[in-house]
Amino acid sequence: MKKLLATAALAALAIGVASATASAATKACWVYVGPIGDFGWTYQHHQGLEAVKKEFGDKVETAYVENVPEADAERAIERLARDGCNVIYTTSFGFMEPTLKVAKKFPDVKFEHATGYKTADNVGTYNAKFHEGRYVIGQMAAKMSKTGVAGYIVSFPIPEVVSGINAFMLGAQSVNPDFKVKIVWVNTWFDPGKEADAAKVLLSQGADTMVQHTDSTAPLQIAQEQGKLGFGQASDMIQFAPKAQMTAIVDNWAPHYIKSVKAVMDGTWKSSQVWSGMAEGEVALAPFTNVPEDVAKMAAETAEAIKTGKLHPFTGPITKQDGSAVGEAGKGLADGDILGMNWYVKGIDDQLPQ
Amino acid sequence: MRIVLEKRGEQSNAMAIASPFIALALTVIAGGIIFALRGFNPFSALYVYFVEPLTAWWSIEALIVKATPLVLIGVGLAVCYLANVWNIGAEGQLTAGAILGGMIPVLFPTFQSPLTLLLMLVFGALGGMAWGYIPAVLKNRFSANEILTSLMLVYVAQLLLDWLVRGPWRDPQGFNFPKSITFEGWQLLPNITGSIHLGALFAVLAGLGLAFIMGRTLKGFEIRVAGSAPRAGRFAGFSREKMVVFCFLLSGGLAGLAGCIEIASVVGQLQPQISPGYGFAAIIVAFLGRLNPIGVIFAGLLLALSYIGGEAAQITLGISDKIAKVFQGILLFFILACDTLILYRIRFEASARSSNLQPAE
Repeated sequence: MKKLLATAALAALAIGVASATASAATKACWVYVGPIGDFGWTYQHHQGLEAVKKEFGDKVETAYVENVPEADAERAIERLARDGCNVIYTTSFGFMEPTLKVAKKFPDVKFEHATGYKTADNVGTYNAKFHEGRYVIGQMAAKMSKTGVAGYIVSFPIPEVVSGINAFMLGAQSVNPDFKVKIVWVNTWFDPGKEADAAKVLLSQGADTMVQHTDSTAPLQIAQEQGKLGFGQASDMIQFAPKAQMTAIVDNWAPHYIKSVKAVMDGTWKSSQVWSGMAEGEVALAPFTNVPEDVAKMAAETAEAIKTGKLHPFTGPITKQDGSAVGEAGKGLADGDILGMNWYVKGIDDQLPQ
Repeated sequence: MRIVLEKRGEQSNAMAIASPFIALALTVIAGGIIFALRGFNPFSALYVYFVEPLTAWWSIEALIVKATPLVLIGVGLAVCYLANVWNIGAEGQLTAGAILGGMIPVLFPTFQSPLTLLLMLVFGALGGMAWGYIPAVLKNRFSANEILTSLMLVYVAQLLLDWLVRGPWRDPQGFNFPKSITFEGWQLLPNITGSIHLGALFAVLAGLGLAFIMGRTLKGFEIRVAGSAPRAGRFAGFSREKMVVFCFLLSGGLAGLAGCIEIASVVGQLQPQISPGYGFAAIIVAFLGRLNPIGVIFAGLLLALSYIGGEAAQITLGISDKIAKVFQGILLFFILACDTLILYRIRFEASARSSNLQPAE
């Protein structure tokens, strides 16, 4: 039995070596937490993969695994590493520990983990400043809302999401200091049924603007059904709600992936922590629709100010929910404070789940 | 016309053994047709699915690691189902075991000795038993349907874990992410070889132990009588109530142990999601193994193969991961269909009475 296994292992090894020498192309691989068809988070990462293919043509080979459960990701990542991937992108926070574990076993393979904070010699991280886009849509919501209340569907109380809520609220308050946000936590990134239910509840409670930090198109579709407005998340969702979407915060991972794959090809890749935003084009806004000209103009100007660095969404002093103030006057919060944000700004009518 | 299921006069032993293999063959054929319809060569797809994962030692290791929780939970459920006790909530018992077992490293992170691991495993099993005890008591005291209560308690346990790792048990250095500290040293199961951890040994021991109990002891006889001839069991003085409690404690304890093993090996910490549905997949495993503890060991390996093959097919051929789930569904369907057709025969009969009962279109 042992001999048989050894032979099998040798054969597999031989096949592995053969396929490794057969192609000189750089192999870039992706691990997705959801289905590509979510038209949100995973879809946008897959667009990044497509962009890499288009950019490098024959010089790059790609592979991906979708719907990988966070409790059981190590094997999928290891398989990609064994299949000769030169660089592996793990695109969910929950993949942090498994990515580090596999990276230890394969020191020659590069790993990049999206939205995490732990790194190693061959593990870098990358993330986007989504809150920059959320500040802009906050302003738009405050301008467009008749009731002065937005309904906000959120996934998990992690810093990325909390800072998004805060940036939205600060943007809204800059237009209408009395603006209100109603929040529903759905504890999932992708569950169209649950998201739709949450949207119905929020709209029936007086909200007339739909904001979401979950990945399906359901909330926006509900808003359209009820003649209300809203914002797309992660990708441009205009085809699903042509009468409701005012704009969408689009995660554009293509520039990062192209840059990173290029670095792997050239042998210049180094572990780093990349955090790009609107200036780099990683966070973009879909075309403004269903809004009057002056609102579109204001939003475009705000976006431009953020891009050029004139406006920081978290400019101090910011009053927290408990009344205390953070940040120096006129200065933006430090990156670390945003990346670990676990408090609400004043005016948000919700308790942060502790 | 109506369709009648009629009990066959005598049961064929040979067919009873052949049934899972027939089901498997039918699944492979149905799978091949699905692949062909999706535009893939069915033979190469089936090769990648069922054979390729067995051609490298590392993926055999992965297979055993994946099968470990399925077998541990599956053997307990097999005993339950034999006794006609329907525990559908193993996933919740698994979660409860992970919570109670994980409590030790989370609350006492510096407590490092072999005793740490032992306590974790004992607490894990106790957690699963306690969670399983609830539907048992509800059934005995209030005749509440255990299928519903055990299933609903799954969500209670998962939300409890969710709350714990978002709040009190969150890693203080974890940037507010819903994860506990990562376990290390004696808070993790040692590996036997490669990536196979001690849990695999527990799974095999559980299978062998239950096979012995079922085949050689009075308790095993009592369980089988409870399932196949409950009236005879009552005349023999076997208590139905005690049997329900026994089955839930046994299957709950094993599921809890499996949950604790997962967090002390593959996962390595507490987080909102600690199992991709092992507690539910183990139901398929129990039936695929013909409710026989030894059979369950092989069934667990086979189902693990379907997970790993699904990943392989996705990476090498670009086949959607949904196919793996479709496969598991087809497999369970064929097993149950084959079993039914061995015990019953289908008869079509034209009946005037039944046509009267048909509602008007």
